[in-house]
Amino acid sequence: MSTLSLDAEALYAELLSGVRVLLQPDSALVGIWSGGAWLAERLHADLKRPGQAGVISSVLHRDDYSARGLAGGGGATRLPFAIDGARILLIDDVLFTGRTIRAVINELYDFGRPRVVDLAVLVDRGGRELPIQPSFAAAKIVLPALQRLTLARRGDGRFAFSLENKT
Amino acid sequence: MLSRRNPQLNANGELIHLLSIEGLPREVLVHILDTAGTFLSVNEREVKKVPLLRGKSVFNLFFENSTRTRTTFEIAAKRLSADVINLDIARSSTAKGESLLDTIANLSAMHADMFVVRHSESGAPYLIARHCAPHVHVVNAGDGRHAHPTQGLLDMYAIRHYKKDFSQLTVAIVGDIVHSRVARSDIHALTTLGVPEVRVVGPRTLVPGDLHAMGVRVCHDMAEGMRDADVIIMLRLQNERMTGAMLPSAAEFAKTFGLTPDKLALAKSDAIVMHPGPINRGVEIDSSVADGQASVILPQVTFGIAVRMAVMSIIAGNEA
Repeated sequence: MSTLSLDAEALYAELLSGVRVLLQPDSALVGIWSGGAWLAERLHADLKRPGQAGVISSVLHRDDYSARGLAGGGGATRLPFAIDGARILLIDDVLFTGRTIRAVINELYDFGRPRVVDLAVLVDRGGRELPIQPSFAAAKIVLPALQRLTLARRGDGRFAFSLENKT
Repeated sequence: MLSRRNPQLNANGELIHLLSIEGLPREVLVHILDTAGTFLSVNEREVKKVPLLRGKSVFNLFFENSTRTRTTFEIAAKRLSADVINLDIARSSTAKGESLLDTIANLSAMHADMFVVRHSESGAPYLIARHCAPHVHVVNAGDGRHAHPTQGLLDMYAIRHYKKDFSQLTVAIVGDIVHSRVARSDIHALTTLGVPEVRVVGPRTLVPGDLHAMGVRVCHDMAEGMRDADVIIMLRLQNERMTGAMLPSAAEFAKTFGLTPDKLALAKSDAIVMHPGPINRGVEIDSSVADGQASVILPQVTFGIAVRMAVMSIIAGNEA
């Protein structure tokens, strides 16, 4: 563990304000499995949006399948609304290389052609390997590539970050 | 050391071939069923295709005919974006006298990535798995009387889908057990997944008494086999595999062991009826049962595609 401390709850409050600005009346929230899905679920409730937030998984479009196989797992995509013509706001916890975002955009297109796709994240940790930028990030930090920043959801629904060195 | 390891698993215990359910740990089976759940939804999307096997070549090698199984493997591979080559092998190379391993060597030279093999000889897929290049994966689509692991897995998927939990179930497998690789795969899967009571039901000629060694209860009485069952798996009477007089007649079998509404009534009221197909209406299963409320025979076909997608994508993602 490093000494870096990120207050996930304080950042969530920032994200909530940022998302409130980005959202249009017809926008649909879609959280990226798993951390982004927790965030989208809570944002959806706090913003009193109708219906349910969507969940999207990168697993079927990952570009490291030949190296990692399906070992990483990942939940199933659940989009309880039509994607054709929709305004989608993707939510994720940590934005790093951008590869997950590329994969979930491909996944999204398997369900239809959205009108607009936007992205809001809790933390942008730099290190992009693809030309992908979020419309909103509650925090921007720079971390060494070998460190993994992970969001956890505690039993009471509150969020916390942990930072580990990759082995 | 290598020879002692299950040839289906790599050094990390990951699945690289699917040859038989026998000897696979419970976690591997559960991982396949969970992954199949993800693929089931792919089959309902506008775009029924994911790119996991893009650029890979899957060769369907059916040394024994089976249009239906071959088709489900073909659909599964295509929905994973693989290129699929169907070889009518029984009528080509083998008929010209080429050995199995020479056929495999030739197809490997065409850069095959996966072989889906059906063969009348038990063990043929093992032989292929032992002799193919390390990056090539083998799926057993039925070998002799030995195993039909993807059918076993899709049966488990169907049971989990309708019954949620394996740990309280009574499952009856009825009919021609002796000739059935499906029965053997189902028995291994059910016992591995923790089903407390597996019954095999049928006449003495088709249900050998020594099957209890596999951890199942042998019932030669249909009423005893049906009583309070949660799941009934009917097997097809395999006329093409019957040698000698194992049965007085199909009509006699139908009368005693064919699943009719009155026999089904002995099972639990929410029991499900399964069948690997193709069904012989009026022989092992009455039409009113096959088309009735308890029947999940057509959902089994749908689940079969998702399970085969799961198997192919898991093994192709693991290295030898």
